[in-house]
Amino acid sequence: MEINKKAYEAYVKEVTPVNKKWPNIVKAFLVGGIICTIGQFSTNMFMNGGLEKEAASAWTTLILIASSVILTGLNIYPKIVKFGGAGALVPITGFANSVVAPAVEFKSEGQIFGIGCKIFTIAGPVILYGILSSWILGVIAYVLKAFGIL
Amino acid sequence: MDYVKAFVVGGLICALIQILMDNTKLMPGRIMVLLVVTGSILGAIGIYQPFSDWAGAGATVPLLGFGNSLWKGVWKSMGEDGFLGIFKGGFTASAVGISGALIFGYLGSVIFKPKMKS
Amino acid sequence: MQLGKASIKFEEPPIIESMASIVGKKEGEGPLGKLFDMVEQDDMFGADTWEKAESALQKQTADLAIEKRDIRRKDIRYLFAGDLLGQLIATSFGTVDLEIPLFGLFGACSTMGEALNLGAMAVAGGFADKVMAMASSHFATAEKQFRFPLSYGNQRPFSSSWTVTGCGSVILGKNKNEGIAAISGITTGRMVDMGIKDSMNMGAAMAPSAFHTIQQNFEDFNVDESYYDKIITGDLGSVGRTILLDFMKNKGHNLESVHTDCGIEIFDSETQDTHNGGSGCGCAASTLCSYILPKVHSGEWKRVLFVPTGALLSTVSFNEGESIPGIAHGVVIEHIGN
Repeated sequence: MEINKKAYEAYVKEVTPVNKKWPNIVKAFLVGGIICTIGQFSTNMFMNGGLEKEAASAWTTLILIASSVILTGLNIYPKIVKFGGAGALVPITGFANSVVAPAVEFKSEGQIFGIGCKIFTIAGPVILYGILSSWILGVIAYVLKAFGIL
Repeated sequence: MDYVKAFVVGGLICALIQILMDNTKLMPGRIMVLLVVTGSILGAIGIYQPFSDWAGAGATVPLLGFGNSLWKGVWKSMGEDGFLGIFKGGFTASAVGISGALIFGYLGSVIFKPKMKS
Repeated sequence: MQLGKASIKFEEPPIIESMASIVGKKEGEGPLGKLFDMVEQDDMFGADTWEKAESALQKQTADLAIEKRDIRRKDIRYLFAGDLLGQLIATSFGTVDLEIPLFGLFGACSTMGEALNLGAMAVAGGFADKVMAMASSHFATAEKQFRFPLSYGNQRPFSSSWTVTGCGSVILGKNKNEGIAAISGITTGRMVDMGIKDSMNMGAAMAPSAFHTIQQNFEDFNVDESYYDKIITGDLGSVGRTILLDFMKNKGHNLESVHTDCGIEIFDSETQDTHNGGSGCGCAASTLCSYILPKVHSGEWKRVLFVPTGALLSTVSFNEGESIPGIAHGVVIEHIGN
């Protein structure tokens, strides 16, 4: 082939159509905003019911996760993501979607290797690196504290 | 006012991530990891909590908030249990989110069937 | 007769005696919808897993091709078939009941071209009176294996394509009187790797291989685009077509009007939201058996070059940072009586 790989890569970039940027950004803003507003509404409700802020937001997390699981099962959540992109992936509901989707899909491969393993396909890395990074930060803080810097 | 802040802040975070996704072709899985790690770093340097107190659900519902609460858990347990606390705090703080997602996710797999995309 | 580097011209061209195509609901709603033999509304094809669904699809299509030719399974000497799944499970489970000696093929989405290449050689060489060539794909099995679980939300970029749920099957033999079309020659493709790593842009990964095979065909047969009424690639989609036409233009060939692509034909990208077009083994195979062959049979097209294209994507090599090499196999299909 007379054209090298680098040149081909640049050429492909040129001829490949890209998604329109602005509409996507606006849609992500709207969907993300709405999900967070629902979260706020739920938190306020629980706090009005007499719960502490921490407990109220924990309940909110559960409600958002449960709603996302149901919407995923009814095949509605994928449509929300298709429309809202990051707006539906960034909130905790996107995390819930990434847990339930493989669980449903790989049910046919059994309880252990199907659901059990695959439920972590996308969520596993999030949990691993979340725990790992906060642990590393914790160790740093611990050392700084020991030296009296913090 | 709560609602306006939640809407605008949550919306803005999502819009920024959308820009990042469209420009880098990063897969959603990587984006989620990035958000959680960033959240815990922002928490550790003391930025996220004040921001979250101000923005409410706009800051706690995005996965950045999940990262921040991981850090908060580590910090809190470290105060109580010293070095061992660093190992305890993350899972303690994220217990509701992770258990909720896994348990509801499992129940979802019992109830629902795989469906075709249209 | 061996021709040039990679081609064969058959002195006695094997005849396509029968064809069958079965597709899923979405494909049935597309521009070719009325041309398929059957459109199955149930994406599960009566099975309880996606993989079994694709197997059922293959079996039904194979039986339909046999039935249309009014012969029996045992009259087929060899079966050349494949799909996209690991260890070819759709084919291996789908063809158990057929009890026909099987060559399982993997050429990604180019499988139908590979099957026709080998099938034609087997018949022309006198090693079989009748063989079957078949390839299938299913949106759900491919998505599950190569991308994400179906209910996981994501936004597909414009360069990504939609895996066709469908299967195409042909029976090759020697009977001119019953024939639909003849395979007068083949050009077997080789791996072409231009370093594309974007699994959401398979058209760009495959276009150089299509270019290479078409170019090789011209060279070996000593012809150019005017020799063909149509040059039909497998699943380059609109991005791949642009690249192919550009490359050909640089070589002094204008394929603008003579070229089309199964992936572009099978869906209406405006209304069906398929972006770059259809893809998968089933895309080229079902388009061949519903749209291309009837036109060659009727004589509307006297001679076409059918070039199914494949992107050899593996989740392992992809995660290990490897690029996605492509392959394309050419089949010269002629109107009987040419």
